[in-house]
Amino acid sequence: MTLHLTTEDQALLAGDHGEAVSLAMRILVSAAELLSAQALIRVTSAHIDGCLYHGDGGVEFAEKLVAAGGQVAVPTTLNVGALDLLHPDTVRADPLKAAMARRQMDAYVSMGAEPTFTCAPYQIGHEPGLGEQVAWGESNAIAFANSVLGARTERYGDFLDACCALTGRAPLHGLHIEQNRQAKVVVDATNVPDALKDQDVFYPVLGTWLGLEVGREVSVIVGLPSTVTRDQLKALGASAASTGAVALFHVVGVTPEAPSLDAVMSKGGSVRRITLTADMVRRALRRLTTADAVERIDAVAVGSPHFSITEFEALLNLVRGRCMAVPFYACTARATLRELEERGDLLALHEAGIKIVADTCVVVTPILRESGGVLMTNSGKFAHYGPSKTGYEVVYGSLEDCVESAVTGLVARTEEIWSW
Amino acid sequence: MLIPGNAEGGLLRLQAPISLWGGVDPGSGVVIDPRHPDHGASITGTVLAMPGAIGSSSSSAIMLELLREGTAPAAVLMAHSDAILALGVVVSIELGYPACPVLEVELSALDGVPEGALLRITSEGQVLRL
Repeated sequence: MTLHLTTEDQALLAGDHGEAVSLAMRILVSAAELLSAQALIRVTSAHIDGCLYHGDGGVEFAEKLVAAGGQVAVPTTLNVGALDLLHPDTVRADPLKAAMARRQMDAYVSMGAEPTFTCAPYQIGHEPGLGEQVAWGESNAIAFANSVLGARTERYGDFLDACCALTGRAPLHGLHIEQNRQAKVVVDATNVPDALKDQDVFYPVLGTWLGLEVGREVSVIVGLPSTVTRDQLKALGASAASTGAVALFHVVGVTPEAPSLDAVMSKGGSVRRITLTADMVRRALRRLTTADAVERIDAVAVGSPHFSITEFEALLNLVRGRCMAVPFYACTARATLRELEERGDLLALHEAGIKIVADTCVVVTPILRESGGVLMTNSGKFAHYGPSKTGYEVVYGSLEDCVESAVTGLVARTEEIWSW
Repeated sequence: MLIPGNAEGGLLRLQAPISLWGGVDPGSGVVIDPRHPDHGASITGTVLAMPGAIGSSSSSAIMLELLREGTAPAAVLMAHSDAILALGVVVSIELGYPACPVLEVELSALDGVPEGALLRITSEGQVLRL
């Protein structure tokens, strides 16, 4: 199987559109060969994960593209950076690293990408449609675009995301191809009580289990209520993409490619069927908490993926007129922050002691107090990455649990819903 | 063969799939995810046998940093090919930094090889025990 390049692809590779495009094409072609792709396809948008600082190599790469005249060829959004550009005091970065992180964010903006700085571009108006070919980075955004929107992307990490944006192309492979989007695993959640399936707190747990169980396979879930919300699906996908390499899951009667089980079941080959049991759910739940015996928490963080407006509405209802005893961080997009401002909701959040983090989040950059301790969260992704990225132990609970615990500083968790 | 090349190093078998981002510190090359069974192990200079890569798409960036910092494995053997990790090596080469071979191999081929055994990876993609 060899990679076939069109005449136009070859012109881009040869440098007819400038050195930056040529460099991007070289990397794209290497990637396409690594992936055994037979062709490149045109994409209609890109989401660049590569503006987050991990070290000087990422800055060097981005600035090399800028110096070579790089400009994005398709509408491109940016993932979180390592700085909160709207609240510069939020991040306790050493000044040298902060300067490099800033250069990395600026480099992508100067190539024409929109400074969205969010891991959830799909909730601020960037929603590719059913069947649309795109090149997105950031594991939760990939899962959401594929699963909830029915757009088609593979997992484009740092570098390749930028190369796709600069060339408007992606390797034709994986989830870009219809037949690879069929489910090889059927998960039956019918036995889970409806009262639990109605709760937001269930979905990060389901996602944690799913990622561990299916790894990178495409799955289809049956037995979820048709009322499942976008925020719940977002949480499910983000958790599944943390514990596994889940880039696509279907939910029968909910996600656009799964009007029926038949519509998404793999036609050839074997299909694995799993009935979700109370024991499986409780094991995944336990995994999300590393600080089991603690009574006190030192901080709360929500908003991974970035908090949506509807999630802020729920938070506001819980905290209005109350006062948090420990630092409470809510991470979100600058576009969502602007919307909160326009609605006049910021004051009530501030008065309750909610610290809003924009453009970044507490897990990708040092924001939490250095002293360490116990972090409570309603996010499966924060619970997964928190211990290694922040040094904090984690306690998982619902948004309501997080608020009640933050008000007193003592862990308050509703346990009954997990027993059936 | 995802990335061809010559290398030598001691075998380190990871007991579970890993996300380099959040899983390995690029400054030290040490596994920092406390939930990972190899937490605390150093991957630097090893022939790293991985059952798979999971999680964050930022892992290619961590691969580049490992190569720039000199904390990378000598070679990576993967049960399932992962372009995200290999891409970090491609970019390292573009920027003039070292490469490390990345091979897709059946890890059962290493059954019976003790942990730490010195292995040589050849540019033809062979894995030899020294």
